[in-house]
Amino acid sequence: MELAFLIEKVAVVVILFVLTLTIAAYSTLAERKVAAFLQDRVGPDRAGPFGVFQPLADGGKMFFKEETTPNGANKWLFIAGPSLALLTSFLGSAVIPWGQPINFFGRIVPLQVTDINVGILYIFGVVSLGVYGIMIGGWASNNKYSLMGAVRGASQNISYEIAMGLSIIALLLVTNSLSFKVIAEQQHGINWNFWYQPLGFLIFLVCAFAETNRVPFDLPECETELIGGYNTEYSGFKMGAYMFAEYINMFVSSAVMATLYFGGYNYPGMDFVNQHLGTTWGPLVGVAVLLGKILAFIFFFMWVRWTVPRFRYDQLMNLGWKILIPLAIANIVITACVITFFDKF
Amino acid sequence: MILFYLVSLLTITFSLLVIFTKNPIYSVLYLIATFFTFTIHYVLLNAQFLAVVNFIVYMGAIMVLFLFVLMLMNLNKETEPMKSTLIKIIAVIAGGSLLVTLIGSFKQLDALGISTINKPEIGLVENLGKVLFSDFLLPFEVSSILLLSAMVGAVLLAKKDKTDNG
Repeated sequence: MELAFLIEKVAVVVILFVLTLTIAAYSTLAERKVAAFLQDRVGPDRAGPFGVFQPLADGGKMFFKEETTPNGANKWLFIAGPSLALLTSFLGSAVIPWGQPINFFGRIVPLQVTDINVGILYIFGVVSLGVYGIMIGGWASNNKYSLMGAVRGASQNISYEIAMGLSIIALLLVTNSLSFKVIAEQQHGINWNFWYQPLGFLIFLVCAFAETNRVPFDLPECETELIGGYNTEYSGFKMGAYMFAEYINMFVSSAVMATLYFGGYNYPGMDFVNQHLGTTWGPLVGVAVLLGKILAFIFFFMWVRWTVPRFRYDQLMNLGWKILIPLAIANIVITACVITFFDKF
Repeated sequence: MILFYLVSLLTITFSLLVIFTKNPIYSVLYLIATFFTFTIHYVLLNAQFLAVVNFIVYMGAIMVLFLFVLMLMNLNKETEPMKSTLIKIIAVIAGGSLLVTLIGSFKQLDALGISTINKPEIGLVENLGKVLFSDFLLPFEVSSILLLSAMVGAVLLAKKDKTDNG
């Protein structure tokens, strides 16, 4: 392993890390701004112009707040819960291609931390690990409400993972590859997978809401029934870690959706732009386009949160098992039939 | 090679901890760690597909269910059922016979000699898929239909309950 390669990878990782943290921090502000916009209010505007320093103030508050640990809590697991939630939320962004390979002072740098040839399965695995943070934290709190939240989180994640996996299978029939790099390259211009898999996208979108525990699927922390759900006993920065993990999860799942179904860094007329801007600035426009798509998805997440009320728990399970799974299986069958038909004739 | 020994050491440590911890929740957590080291082993053996499937199925799904059940039962020292001597004797005999079987199979292995595979890429998804869809097509299809029908059956059972009650 040569030194330049190592430096290049470290640089990509660091930039990605900082970017993820910044977007997650500003998502907290954006959420309140969007909520204010949708409810015809002003929103936070005290810290700096238009409240842009609000995330810093919130972060500072989280650090300096007193952290309490309940007497009956399991000391180690009480800390492990939020740590694990934060850790698994970061892992997913490693396989996402953020842009075409970029010419950086004569060196071609791929804008992807790693391209493993089972990228989609890796994302799927990381998503399924995400629930451990909630489960361990909820159980270690030694509180009935927390435990209920943890158990809800686990059953919800497992249920929606099935539909998510089935919707991905239909996508794989179209793309013939498990690598994010190849899938992103296939969607050149406006040849996006969304046009081939609209139903699959819809199922994936609903499952993404459920896996990130966002409203209307935020039953693990449903405050009307469970006080705060799995994070009832958490305070200070541990609470902040859970909240942050939720926003990072939202960012990563938006990136996954944008890459799998909405072309990633591809946009119509990209060849023309690349020709005129060269191999350094051209791919950067692609990165900006991908970030734009991600932000649009994040806005959609927030829009839904402040529009749709929370499901009841049986409605949630009905939706997952009796509607999404049959729909996803039908989607696979239809996709397979259409592909076979077009291959034959 | 150092990495292999390190990961193997971790595997053995974690699996011993699974057995020797008193708290069942800790046991499950150590089992998850054990499965994670298995995943690293698979990656070291260049079997990426197996690694990621082990990751998803064992760590992501089965162990979540284990943890789920244990948390619901909420076992602790006071509610732990006392095991009778008879059960302990039966457990010792069962474990002993498993050990004998394992040792017997290891002896057989020695007699056969270690077979080496010269294709390092055999564990990658593409090659695995080709093998599954050519040499092992029938068993593969049968097992996949079995799994799918089990899942659909579960959904169907849930649906039936609903109409009976309401």
